[in-house]
Amino acid sequence: MKERNLFQKIFLPKPANHQKNTTWALMKQNKQSYALIAPYFILFFTFTVLPVMMAIGLSFTTFNMLQPPQFVGWNNYIRLFLENEVFMVALQNTLIIAVVAGPISYLLCFTFAWIINEMPPKIRAVMTVIFYAPSISGNVFFVWLWFFSGDRYGLVNGWLLRLGFIDQAINFFRDPRFILPLLLVVQVWLSLGVAFLAFIAGLQTVDKAMYEAGAMDGIRNRWQELWFITLPSMKPQMMFGAVMSITAAFSVGDISIQLAGFPSVAYAGETIVTHMQDFGWIRFEMGFASAIAVILFLMMVGTNKAIQRLLRKVGT
Amino acid sequence: MSVVSKRTHKSQFAIYDERGRKIKLARRTKKLSRSLGGTIALFIFIGIFAVFMGMPMVLTISNALKPLDELFYFPPRFFVRNPTLSNFSDLVISMQQTWVPFSRYLLNSFIITGFGTLGHLLFASMAAYPLAKNKFPGSEFLMGIVVLSLMFSGVVTGIPNFLIISQLGMVDTYWALIIPAFAFSLGLYLMKQFMEQVPDSLIESARIDGCLEIGIWWRIVMPNVKPAWLTLIILQFQALWATTGGVFLQSEELKPLTFAMNQVVGGGIARAGEGAAVMFITMMVPVTFFVVSQSRIVETMATSGMKE
Repeated sequence: MKERNLFQKIFLPKPANHQKNTTWALMKQNKQSYALIAPYFILFFTFTVLPVMMAIGLSFTTFNMLQPPQFVGWNNYIRLFLENEVFMVALQNTLIIAVVAGPISYLLCFTFAWIINEMPPKIRAVMTVIFYAPSISGNVFFVWLWFFSGDRYGLVNGWLLRLGFIDQAINFFRDPRFILPLLLVVQVWLSLGVAFLAFIAGLQTVDKAMYEAGAMDGIRNRWQELWFITLPSMKPQMMFGAVMSITAAFSVGDISIQLAGFPSVAYAGETIVTHMQDFGWIRFEMGFASAIAVILFLMMVGTNKAIQRLLRKVGT
Repeated sequence: MSVVSKRTHKSQFAIYDERGRKIKLARRTKKLSRSLGGTIALFIFIGIFAVFMGMPMVLTISNALKPLDELFYFPPRFFVRNPTLSNFSDLVISMQQTWVPFSRYLLNSFIITGFGTLGHLLFASMAAYPLAKNKFPGSEFLMGIVVLSLMFSGVVTGIPNFLIISQLGMVDTYWALIIPAFAFSLGLYLMKQFMEQVPDSLIESARIDGCLEIGIWWRIVMPNVKPAWLTLIILQFQALWATTGGVFLQSEELKPLTFAMNQVVGGGIARAGEGAAVMFITMMVPVTFFVVSQSRIVETMATSGMKE
C-alpha cells in the first residue's frame, strides 16, 4: 500500500510528463479545475466583462431603451468633446479630484499605516478602527452636512459666526466656490479603505531581521529605514493600494449627488460619474451615457496601468 | 537632525543604549534607529489626523443622543449636553407608521446582504482555489482579467448591467442585487492571494488519498483560510449593506434598509433627530463587525500584494 502511494506521489500529480503536452491534454487533465471556476466566471463574464463590451458597443449608437439601438459611428464622442460643455466641467472636476484626492489618500494610507505600525498593538487596533471606519460606514458621509450646513446651526457656520469671521451663514454645499474643495475633503476622509488595511498588514509582514541587518549596515534613522528597507519590501502592497486608490478617486459621484445635489449649483460638483448618470438614468440617452462610461473606463485603466509601471521601478 | 547624527557615529552600542532608554519601543526588536523628536513629531501628525478622521464619527454619535432643541441650538454645540434616547424612540414610532413596515426593510437588507455575501464567499473561494494552486491553460489569462477589473469600478458598467439584468428578468427581484454580487472581483483576488499560502503538501497528500478537487477545496483549503472568509464577508457585507437598490428594485416592499434610512436622513429639519439616530445605526453595524474581526482581516490583507 505504501509503495503504491509513493508511486502515485511521483506520477499522479504530474501525469503530463507522459502524455503529449498539448493544451488540449492539459485542459482535459484540469477539467476539475474548470468545473470549480465555472460558476464564478460565468457570472463574472455576465456581469463584468460583457457589460464593458456592451458599453463600448452602445457608445457608437443612440439608444433610449425603447427603440433598438441605431449605429451613429463616432457621433457620441464628437458630441461629447465638442458640443457638451458640461462634460468638460465634469472632466475637469474628475481630474482635479483624481489628481488631488487620489495621491493624498494614497500617501495618507501609507503614512498612517506606517506610524500606526510603531504603536503598541492595542493602540494600533484602536487607531486602525478610527481611520478605517469612515470608509465602511455606508452613508455616514451625510454627517458632513451637519458640519457644513448652510444655516447658522451648522457647526462650521456657528464657529465662524461666533469668532466674527463672517456675519452671515455660508451655504457651503450650494456655493460653487466651496463645493469642489469640500468634496475633496469628504473623499479623502472616506478613502482610507482597503489600501490602508493592505498597508497595515504589509508592514507587519516585513521581515524584522531586515531592520536589524539594516542597522548593522549603517541605516541611521527611520527615514532611511523607510526608504531602503520598508518601501522595497512592501512593493506588492503598494501596487495593490495604488489600484484601489486610483479606482476610488475616479469613481467619485455618489457623494457629490448626496451632498451637493444633482445637478449641483453651476455644475460645481459635476463629475464624469454624475454626468453619466444624468444622461443615462434621467435623459435615457444610453448610447451617449455609454460613451461617457467608456471614457471613464479608459481613464481609470490607463491611469492604473501607468502608475503600475511607475511603481514597479521603485527600489529596483 | 543633530540628535540623529550624533548617535550614528557611535555604531551599535549607542543604538542599544537608546533602546534601553525608550521603554515603549524596547519591546520590539526592529526599532533600532529612532530619534525621540521624530517619534513625537509623527505622533502629533497622526493625532491631528485622527481628530479629523474621528470627529465626524463622534459627531454622529453625539447628535444621535441630542434632544431636538440641542440639534438646533445657537451657537451650535459639538458635544451633547443632556443625552437622551428620544431620537431612537421617535424613529421606532415613525417607522411603524410607514407604508412598508420597518421590519420589512430590515428583512430585505438581511436577505440581500446575507445571500449576496454567502454566495460570494462560496463562488469566489471555489474559483480561487484552482487559480491559486493549479496551473491550467487560461488560468493566468483569467486572473489577468480579474486584476484588470479591479482597475475600474462598477459605475462604468451600470447601464449595460441594467440591460443584462432586465433581459434575465431579474429587475425588481432580490436576485438583481444578489446574483451580480456573487462575482465581485476584489473578493476573488484577495482569496486567491491568501490561498497561495496553503502548503502544497497538504493538497498533494489529499490528492493521493483520492480526494476530488472539490473535496480538497472544501475540506483542506477552506478550513485553512478562515481569516480570508471574514475579510470577504466584511467587504461584501459593507458593499451590500450600503446599497439602496437603485434602479434594480422598484417595489417599495423590496427596498433595503439603507433606502429607507436615506429617506429619513433626507427628510429635512422635521426629521433631523431621527436622521441622526439612523446614521448612528447604519454606522455602527459595519464598524462593530470590523472591530470584532479586525485581526483576522489584517492577516488576510498581508497577502493582498500584486506581483509583477
